[in-house]
Amino acid sequence: MTTAPDPRRPRPVSGDRTAAHPVLDAADVTRVLTRMAHEILEKNGGADDVVLLGIPTRGSTLAHRIAEQMASVEQRTVPVGSLDVTLYRDDLRLRGVRALGRTELPPGGVDGRIVVLVDDVLFSGRTVRAALDAIGDLGRPAAVQLAVLVDRGHRELPIRADYVGKNIPTSLRETVHVLLAEHDGRDGVLIGPADLSRQESRQESRQESRQDTSS
Amino acid sequence: MSNWLLRNVTILGAAPTDLHLADGVIAEVGRGLATGGAQVFDAAGLVALPGLVDLHTHLREPGREDAETVASGTLAAALGGFTAVHAMANTDPAADTAGVVEQVWRLGRDAGHCDVFPVGAVTVRRRGEQLAELGAMADSAARVRVFSDDGHCVDDAVLMRRALEYVKAFDGVVAQHAQEPRLTHAAQMNEGVVSARLGLTGWPAVAEESVIARDCLLAGHVGSRLHVCHVSTAGSVEILRWAKAKGIRVTAEVTPHHLLLTDDLVTGYDPVYKVNPPLRTAGDVAALRAALADGTIDAVATDHAPHSLEDKETEWGAAAFGMLGLETALGVVAEAMVSTGLLDWAGVADRMAVRPARIGRLDGQGGPLEPGAPANVVLLDPAATVTVDPGSLASRSRNTPYAGMTLPTRVVATFLRGRPTVLDGKPAESGGPGGGR
Amino acid sequence: MMRHLLSAGDLSRDEALLVLDTAAEMARVAAAPVKKLPTLRGRTVVNLFFEDSTRTRTSFELAAKRLSADVINFSAKGSAVSKGEGLKDTALTLEAMGADAVVIRHAMSGAPHRLAGWVRGSVVNAGDGTHEHPTQALLDAFTMRSRLGRLEGLQVTLVGDILHSRVARSNVLLLRTLGAEVTLVAPPTLIPVGVEDWPAQVSYDFDRVLPKSDVVMMLRVQRERMGAVYFPSVREYSRRYGLDAARMAMLPPESVVMHPGPMNRGMEIAAEVADSPRSTIVEQVTNGVSVRMAVLYLLLGGAMGGASE
Repeated sequence: MTTAPDPRRPRPVSGDRTAAHPVLDAADVTRVLTRMAHEILEKNGGADDVVLLGIPTRGSTLAHRIAEQMASVEQRTVPVGSLDVTLYRDDLRLRGVRALGRTELPPGGVDGRIVVLVDDVLFSGRTVRAALDAIGDLGRPAAVQLAVLVDRGHRELPIRADYVGKNIPTSLRETVHVLLAEHDGRDGVLIGPADLSRQESRQESRQESRQDTSS
Repeated sequence: MSNWLLRNVTILGAAPTDLHLADGVIAEVGRGLATGGAQVFDAAGLVALPGLVDLHTHLREPGREDAETVASGTLAAALGGFTAVHAMANTDPAADTAGVVEQVWRLGRDAGHCDVFPVGAVTVRRRGEQLAELGAMADSAARVRVFSDDGHCVDDAVLMRRALEYVKAFDGVVAQHAQEPRLTHAAQMNEGVVSARLGLTGWPAVAEESVIARDCLLAGHVGSRLHVCHVSTAGSVEILRWAKAKGIRVTAEVTPHHLLLTDDLVTGYDPVYKVNPPLRTAGDVAALRAALADGTIDAVATDHAPHSLEDKETEWGAAAFGMLGLETALGVVAEAMVSTGLLDWAGVADRMAVRPARIGRLDGQGGPLEPGAPANVVLLDPAATVTVDPGSLASRSRNTPYAGMTLPTRVVATFLRGRPTVLDGKPAESGGPGGGR
Repeated sequence: MMRHLLSAGDLSRDEALLVLDTAAEMARVAAAPVKKLPTLRGRTVVNLFFEDSTRTRTSFELAAKRLSADVINFSAKGSAVSKGEGLKDTALTLEAMGADAVVIRHAMSGAPHRLAGWVRGSVVNAGDGTHEHPTQALLDAFTMRSRLGRLEGLQVTLVGDILHSRVARSNVLLLRTLGAEVTLVAPPTLIPVGVEDWPAQVSYDFDRVLPKSDVVMMLRVQRERMGAVYFPSVREYSRRYGLDAARMAMLPPESVVMHPGPMNRGMEIAAEVADSPRSTIVEQVTNGVSVRMAVLYLLLGGAMGGASE
């Protein structure tokens, strides 16, 4: 069964969104992100030495939004970068090649700083594992923390998030859709039945939830 | 002695008739012949042609028996409808002495599938330096009349002139492999659009045409017979047409593959399409067909060139030149010439039997299918088709470019002096002594 | 993505751009402190070189190693298997070793096509005879795009031994796919018969073409060609078709000068041109690694061979 996506062709978020029910609406998303920004500042005693690294594509968008919130609280800019982990994934054979996302470190790099990884959905933990490997090749941060908008459970690795927007218990047959205005025209989080053709592996439903519309 | 009655056979497009073969000759032709003691062969719907004659066959023996032997090659010939082949001289050792040509001739006689007429080399070891003992080969048991260094061009103009003159003494003919060597140094395929794209060293048409032009002028000058092997370009056709109009005694042959295949087949670099002269363009194919139809080109000759797997399963540049031809020749000619309306069966008989026999000075071959003539006959089914399967060929080699192709007509039976060598498309009983001409 | 890379002409525009975009990301890795990615861990890449080419082999080797593939260098030159039967036997050996990709350099045109028919892994043409060198064309396009910001509509002039150049063939095909306009400049003896079918203009007058060239790519001319009477003398060749400082001055201000290497300084290119800021010759070498990483990743990283589990 070949289910590897064609890397060249952007595919819209699939699954029947009309059958999906909302978990967070736009106002919830804003509130949650504001809270996460405060939590990051609180835990780290301010924004000194904190850099945000978003995992493309929605993780990068979220990182920018959180950084803005932090900046407005602290009255200073917070460095943001993006970290594509495709080349560090352990499931290339299963999923096929994809176009690479951008990796861009903030000025000053990551050495000695507190890196907050930002992603939209935490599921198996494999993406974060890949991200940790990637960070290790880019430098030596003082600490790495993890912020996710949604934790849907079903971890396959001993990984947990430091900042969670919303814990959403799901079944493996469900799909989590994170919508962001920059990509989808509006903010929100939906849960829907998984696209039946996409139940081959957890990696794929994982990927489903973060499929990019603009790659 | 064999005694066959072929019932209701069509001879050269005429109404069905019976053909009685007895004592090695055609005994009677006519409708409703009495059976007598003859074995009856129902040939309704089949066409009879004189047994085909190939002017250009590589049997590889002696020297490359792994690729072909006289026995395997002549069986392939019989299955293709041939009753005579000319065995080219580029064996190892080369057929440049009476001893070698007699050996090949005897091997053919012993195999008994068809007559083998050895071609003698023009020069010693085909090196283009010194004339071979042409007279000795002509006087040998093999009675050589066609001389060729095929594979090499006799490019030295003086040597070519002397050879043309010398063979007049025994009514021989020099069959030239027209290839100017300097213009074709390291050449791999036809020079043109495809070679430019594939990065393979080009083999320009002019390398063939310039030699043909020179040789026609030489033959005209000394009044000798010249035969041009495997003509492959439209330009060669024009030169031949001019020379014939001038009354120069030149004849020419074309291979089946040059009537059907074009150089764009090289695109995948499969050496099964590597051949000398190279496959040319669609324009050349059209010109060759027209020339064969109007008689400018006299004959179809297979240039059957078996090569072992290891000589073909290689990079293009390392592979040997040549392709199989005997077992597919009639089908290819039917496809290229008969299906297109360019030749009828009488025309096919003329180009594949009558004229080749005349060029080779073979008295007992090339028809006509008339009482008293040697009973060399091929029966073919014009309505049948054959899908070429390399694995089922009689040749020891597998380098056919037609694998998987479906070709019209099927050879049903071949008779060599009244004795079937092929029946129902399969080898008949093991060969007996043939001999003679 | 395709399974093999045999000809630059096999790449669609989208595929070619995917290679270039991927190479751009790979180039960032080259700038990182740890220049290594785990992407192709456990994969085996064989460099099968029937012809000496230290620079191309090294470039592929570095590319494969930066992606953590295991690399085997299989140099067949001069050995008993340097022709014929050898290639097929070598292919069977590589199959038995479980090679996921074979990078082949061969003196005979079409050898990679033959190999592709005999192995299950991906075949990358690293230069075959006088046919093609597709990764060179990709790195050239990558270099042009990073220097000039675009490929669409660029005027690219290739100068030299077009007849025998695999670099020229691959560049003509790829640049056309990517929307550049190619002009070939050479003495008529070094232009192939049949060039009229190529998507390129032909000129024998270098000086006329120079002022409208965004890119001038000088091709290596082997001195041996003189023996085969392609041109009368090195001096005459150099005078008519060499790029010296005076000719370089005729180029538009932003134009770049490229050379696939190895160069014959003083023959097709003057030393002051090769070392000038317009020259991209060193960048080409750097970019070669990124482009080859991209090609190996796209051919091997995916499920092309193993999608049917």
